[in-house]
Amino acid sequence: MAELSAGSAHAAVHPPGLRHHFEDMEQQHEAGNLGMWVFLVTEILFFGGLFAAYAIYRSLYLPGFEAGSRLLDVKLGATNTAVLIGSSLTMALAVHAAQTGKRKALILFLLLTMVLGAVFLGIKFDEYATKWHHGLVPGLKWAPDEEMYKNAPLGSVELFFCFYFFMTGLHALHMIIGFGIMTVMTLEAWGGKFSAEYYAPVEVSGLYWHFVDIVWIFLFPLLYLIGGRY
Amino acid sequence: MSTAAVVESPAGSRVHYLNASYGIKSWLFTTDHKRIALLYLGSITFMFFIGGAAATLIRLHLIEPTGALVQPETYNKLFTVHGVVMIFFFLIPSIPAVLGNFLVPLMVGARDLAFPRINLLSWYLYTIAALLALYAVVSGGVDTGWTFYTPYSSTYAHTQVIATALAAFIAGFSSILTGLNFIVTIHKMRAPGLTWFRLPLFIWAMYATSIIQILGTPVLAITIVLLAAERLLHVGIFDPKIGGDPILFQHLFWFYSHPAVYIMILPGMGVVSELIACFARKRIFGYSMIAFSSLAIAVLGFLVWGHHMFVTGQSVYAGLIFSVLSFMVAIPSAIKVFNWTATLYKGSISYEAPMLYALGFIGLFTMGGLTGLFLASLATDVHLTGTYFIVAHFHYIMVGGAVMAYLGGIHFWWPKITGRLYPDGSARFAALIIFVGFNLTFFPQFVLGYLGMPRRYAVYPAEFQVLNVMSSAGASILGIGYLIPLIYLIWSIRYGPVAGPNPWGAKGLEWETPSPPPTENFEEIPIVTEEAYAYAEPEDVHG
Amino acid sequence: MSGHVVSVRLYVTIFLTLLVLTGLTTGVAFIDLGAYNTVVALAIAVLKMLLVVFFFMHVRYSSGLTKIVVLAGFFWLAIMLTFTMSDYFTRGLDNPPNGWGPSISAPPNP
Repeated sequence: MAELSAGSAHAAVHPPGLRHHFEDMEQQHEAGNLGMWVFLVTEILFFGGLFAAYAIYRSLYLPGFEAGSRLLDVKLGATNTAVLIGSSLTMALAVHAAQTGKRKALILFLLLTMVLGAVFLGIKFDEYATKWHHGLVPGLKWAPDEEMYKNAPLGSVELFFCFYFFMTGLHALHMIIGFGIMTVMTLEAWGGKFSAEYYAPVEVSGLYWHFVDIVWIFLFPLLYLIGGRY
Repeated sequence: MSTAAVVESPAGSRVHYLNASYGIKSWLFTTDHKRIALLYLGSITFMFFIGGAAATLIRLHLIEPTGALVQPETYNKLFTVHGVVMIFFFLIPSIPAVLGNFLVPLMVGARDLAFPRINLLSWYLYTIAALLALYAVVSGGVDTGWTFYTPYSSTYAHTQVIATALAAFIAGFSSILTGLNFIVTIHKMRAPGLTWFRLPLFIWAMYATSIIQILGTPVLAITIVLLAAERLLHVGIFDPKIGGDPILFQHLFWFYSHPAVYIMILPGMGVVSELIACFARKRIFGYSMIAFSSLAIAVLGFLVWGHHMFVTGQSVYAGLIFSVLSFMVAIPSAIKVFNWTATLYKGSISYEAPMLYALGFIGLFTMGGLTGLFLASLATDVHLTGTYFIVAHFHYIMVGGAVMAYLGGIHFWWPKITGRLYPDGSARFAALIIFVGFNLTFFPQFVLGYLGMPRRYAVYPAEFQVLNVMSSAGASILGIGYLIPLIYLIWSIRYGPVAGPNPWGAKGLEWETPSPPPTENFEEIPIVTEEAYAYAEPEDVHG
Repeated sequence: MSGHVVSVRLYVTIFLTLLVLTGLTTGVAFIDLGAYNTVVALAIAVLKMLLVVFFFMHVRYSSGLTKIVVLAGFFWLAIMLTFTMSDYFTRGLDNPPNGWGPSISAPPNP
């Protein structure tokens, strides 16, 4: 409980951050966590639909999908995977700092998470620019060099890149939203809003960030690695 | 302007959620679940009459075999608008967003839902989506059917497909957020002593519905994204000419849209449980069976979607699996009907309007549900699919079932919501008109379908005219039936007798607080010590 | 759920494990294992996901309710995948009964 001046009876039974429709902080904390997990379940199904469609078409058009996959830059993909995993570490450390009441460490780790997130997006943007340059963007600039896709059927290569852009694009959109969430968290941490007793928003934002990391953990092998690069 | 003012209400100087503050801002920026429920009531009623207008035009057009009213292209737009509006903007939100929002916190003994601001966001998303859908209607309409089948919708249609699909997408997120709120509230905010098996069955129904909303709606969302992408980029996701599979669209679409029909009916079943218990003055027979059946419907409902695709070229073996599972999903619904009937046995039954609606539900839902079994059977479905048999089947469940349950619930909880009683004589009259009009509209459609009249056709063979005229006549009666409650319910807000906390003598936490409730719902959070529906044992009734 | 503090040391250990697994999955992609390339890649991805879920997201220390919620999400995804696949993988298995028409196989390549 926050220490307050004598006579402030309302605040003494009403910790800062407790919303009026909850009985106590524990109920609010548990509700917030459950709420975020339920939301993440909706995200599993949201991305899941894309994964399902991708899986079906991959099984139908394997040569084209493999050819498309080989056109992706594995080094950049692997680097991005490491960057995101690193950002998950810094995010977990941020929650740890909040739980142990270390305001400066919390702000530091939140900023590091954002920096790593920005690095990820930068690399992604670079990959997209390269694809654009090579005419590999379906519907917008599709004019690939025949050398690139060898003998694979062009239509299914285009379909692969359709899914590539949708899946990584939807993922990047979630990262940008996560970036916004982290900005708010950092500003609120700077303003001293969080303590060892009240850090639920940080924890809940962390859950979101880790989820976005997990989506990429699956995107990387499915898009970059199963292309017969041997 | 918004001021916090204590105003004399007709019942005295009591402050409640309706008069706690005034002004449009106090409504548009409210986080009170009860006010949000009323915001939804307004929007949903408006959209219901839009969908009803489309239905009126359809039934007027079908009086003549060659079409009495509109061009075929326009007819396609009419049945699409009717479907999109009624499903996404009326049936799916109706009971959860109006009655659920109002009652869930009250029934579990909480002061509000877990996330009040997200609740308000949910209404804003719904309203934005509705406006977008209306824009699509007035700027050319859509003619793909509410099912948006590809490749017509993705490649060949020249109508407002993306705007309408986007509207459904946004409405879907509204639905997801409502479901999320209910799940967390029911898990984490029940009053002391309110264990799971003391909850009203309406709460079990809302819980099961919310599970479906959470797990199914996101798949619709991504399907719409893919559809929009295909329409914009023409890359062959669903167009067979360039390598896509239209059946994949249908798999993804129906993965949501079949469970969606359970989103539409489960809340109605929850309402019926409440109404039957109150107006038979008896605890529900087989409480836990009904609770588990709600969950079973939520789970099994996800395993049957392929029965919409029996004749599409889907694998016969997959069809067999879906067929068997479709038979199984009927079982929990049947269990509920038997339990409600058993509740009525030796009950002390009275026939107020809510009870009439509940009884109507049981009969009409049973008919609609049984006809579903004909459709679950592969062999008969081949002949019945795409005909008016299907149309009749789902209207019996959706209108004869869900809409009647919604109206029953609105009437039952009207005193709690508004603090006023509505005129029950007029209400019973309207309920009977609706029942007669409904059956006259849709029973002939079973016959039409059996005889082979296809659905979604602007013209039909002359031999079907008599039944079509019968159906259209019924529709006019049904339309009048729906207008009557609109009139007396609005009238009652100002001129109806003032209601006490519990005009029906019903059991449930919502009846232990004043009508209308104060903003914080309860002065003190109640402590629950008795089972649900703890009505006194009925004495033997003679004669 | 509220309050369990995981040690920094454990976090770093998990992080390093995840990096190793990333290197492993990348390396295996350059070796020809036939159909098993997909299996191995997915298995490693699942393992990485479990590490993030259990430790970074604290599910290891969470209530049973949280665990059920997470499980439900993946279970439903599995339902969608398997039932849809059951259609595609059983098309054209043998001659369909009279009147059903030719089996649907992969659409023609453009």
